[in-house]
Amino acid sequence: MKILFDKDTWQEIFSSIGQNKVRTIITVIGVLWGIFLYIVLSGAAKGVDNGFERQFERISSNSLFIWGEATSVPYDGFKTGRSINFKLSDVIALKNRIPEIQHIAPRNSSGVFGGSKAQLVNGQKKGSYNIYGDFPILTTITTKNIFKGGRFINESDIQNKRKVCVIGERTLQELFEEDETPIGKFIRINGIYFKIIGVNKFITSGPIDTDGDIFIPFTTYERLYNTGEYVDFLLVSAYPEADIVKVEADIREVLKKLHHVSPNDKRALGGFNIGKMFKQITQFASGITFLSMVIGLATIIGGIIGIGNILLISVKERTKEIGIRRAIGATPKEIQTQIMLESVFLTVIAGIIGIILGALVLSGINIVTKNMTDLPFTNPTVPIPYILGALFLMVVLGTLIGLIPAHRAVSIKPIDALREE
Amino acid sequence: MINITNLHKSYQMGKNSLHVLKGIDFKVGEGELVAIMGSSGSGKSTLLNIIGMLDVANEGTYTLDNVPIENLDETKAAKYRNKFLGFIFQSFNLINYKTALENVALPLYYQGKKRDVRQEKSLEYLEKVGLKKWATHLPSELSGGQKQRVAIARALVSQPKVLLADEPTGALDSTTSNEVMKLIQEINNEGKTILVVTHEEEIALMCKRVVRLKDGVIVEDTLVNQKKAI
Repeated sequence: MKILFDKDTWQEIFSSIGQNKVRTIITVIGVLWGIFLYIVLSGAAKGVDNGFERQFERISSNSLFIWGEATSVPYDGFKTGRSINFKLSDVIALKNRIPEIQHIAPRNSSGVFGGSKAQLVNGQKKGSYNIYGDFPILTTITTKNIFKGGRFINESDIQNKRKVCVIGERTLQELFEEDETPIGKFIRINGIYFKIIGVNKFITSGPIDTDGDIFIPFTTYERLYNTGEYVDFLLVSAYPEADIVKVEADIREVLKKLHHVSPNDKRALGGFNIGKMFKQITQFASGITFLSMVIGLATIIGGIIGIGNILLISVKERTKEIGIRRAIGATPKEIQTQIMLESVFLTVIAGIIGIILGALVLSGINIVTKNMTDLPFTNPTVPIPYILGALFLMVVLGTLIGLIPAHRAVSIKPIDALREE
Repeated sequence: MINITNLHKSYQMGKNSLHVLKGIDFKVGEGELVAIMGSSGSGKSTLLNIIGMLDVANEGTYTLDNVPIENLDETKAAKYRNKFLGFIFQSFNLINYKTALENVALPLYYQGKKRDVRQEKSLEYLEKVGLKKWATHLPSELSGGQKQRVAIARALVSQPKVLLADEPTGALDSTTSNEVMKLIQEINNEGKTILVVTHEEEIALMCKRVVRLKDGVIVEDTLVNQKKAI
C-alpha cells in the first residue's frame, strides 16, 4: 500500500507513460469514451424515466378509466347492440364489492366522446370547449392545478347544484382580456350564466385532457344536460399495493353483472388502464436503463482491453529498459506493480475525465430540454452509486488487464531482455 | 571475493545441448582488476552473466563475498545484484527518457533510499566521473564516452562489492576507450574489485590480471604488468 503514496512511484509511472504521449492519449480516449457513453446513456435513460413519470404525476399511477359501449353478445334476454350506461348506483356497488378500490370519480362529459361541446360566451367573445360534470373526489385521483385565487368544485357546490365552473387556461386566454381577473366573473355556458371559481393550469394527466376543459359540479351538469342518474365514465383509483389489471377485471365483472352483459362480451365496456400503461412505460424505461448500462459497460470493457493491449505493446518496446531495471536491482514484483499501476492509473484518469464530460453533456441536454414539456425527458441524472460502481469496476478491470502485460514484463529473463536490441 | 568451483553451463538449443562452460575454477581476491578474454563463443560473457546473477549455472558453486549464491529466484537475484554488483555494459544501457542524474539514482531507488539521499549520492558519483555539469542531460545529449561514464557512475552508486564490465569499450573509439579505462583503473586503485570482459588485447593489458577462456575452459590465468591508460 505504501507504494501507492510514494511520490517516486508516481514519478516512475508518469515518466514511462509520458514516453509516448499520443499513444497514451488515444488509449485513454478508448476508456474515456466507454465511461462517457455509460454516463450519458444511463443519464438519458433516467431522463426518459423521469419524463414519463412527470407525464403521470398529475394522475394516480394506479388508476383506470372505464365507460359503457354497446353489447356485442346477446345475453339474459337482451339482444346485441344495446348501449350500456353506467349509473351512480354502480359506483356504490363497485366500492362495496371491490375492496382494492380507493376512489371512484363518476364523470359526465360532453364534447369528448360524443355530444356537442359547450358554447361559452363572455361578452363579444365566444368559444366551444369540452365540458365535464365532476365531483370534488376527482382531485384525489387526478390533481387539478388551480391558479392562485381560485378553487375546484367542492361538496357544497354539489349539494346546492351551484352554477359555478372551472375554466381552462386556453379558455381564459380566448375569452378574456389579458389583464382581466376571471374569478368571480360570470360567463354563459350554453346560454346559462355560470360563476367562474377557478382556472385550471393545464398539465396533461391523461389521454383526454385539453387546456380548454370546463369543469362544473356533477349535479349541475345533470340538470344542464338532463342526464339523470346516468354517468358517462368512471375514473377509478386502486390502493397503491393493488394489482390494477386484476382490479380492472373485477370492475368489469361487477359492471357486467349489474348491466346484464355477457361475461364473454368484450365490447360492451370500454376502458383505459393508466396503471397498466404506466407499468409498461416504467418497464420500458428500465429496459432502456439496462440496455444503456450494458452498452456502457461493454464499451468500458472494450476500452480497458485497449489499455491492456497498448501496455502489452509498450512492455514489448520497453523490454530492454525492464532488463536494465532488473539488472540494477528491481525485483519482479516492483516491475509488475509499476505496470499494473500504469494500467490502473490510465483507467482511472480516463474514467474521471469521462465522468466529467458525461456530466457536462447531461447538464447541457438538461438545459436544452428544460422547456420542452411535451418531451418525456426530465432531469437526466446518474445515481452516484452507479458512478462509483463503474469506477470500481474500472479499477478492478484495469488491475486485471494490467496483470497480462505485467506478467509479460517479468516473464522475460533480464539477460534476454538486455540482449534485445 | 569471488570463488567459483567446477562451474558448468550448457544451453538447450532444441534437441542439441550446447556446453558453454566446462568446469571453471576461478577465484578473484578483493581489489583485483581482472580481464576475461576469449574469442566469441569462448564462454566469457556467460561466465560474466553467471557472476552477475543474470544467469544460473547448471553445476558448481559460487560464493560472493562469502555469501553462497545458490537457489536464486528472481527476487533474491535482484536483491543480490542491487547489493553486491555494479554493471557496465557495452551499449551503456541507460534509460533514454531519464536524465543522467536519474539514471545514476535508479539503483538507489530500488534500494528504497530517500529522494534527497539519492540526489546527493548520485551527484557525488557524477562528479567522480566528471559529469556533474551534465546531470540534467538526457543520454541522447551525451557522447558515447560520457554515456559510459554515466553508466559507471550508476554502477558505483550503490557501492557494490564487485564491478562487472562487459566490453565496456566495445562501442567506443580508442581515445574514449582510454578515458573510460583510466576511470576504471582509478576506481580499482581505490580498492574496488573489477572484472572486465573484453576481446581487445590492449584493454586487457590495462588490467592487473588476464584470464583467457577457450571453448569453455580457462586456458591461461596470468598476472600482467598493468599498462596505465592515458
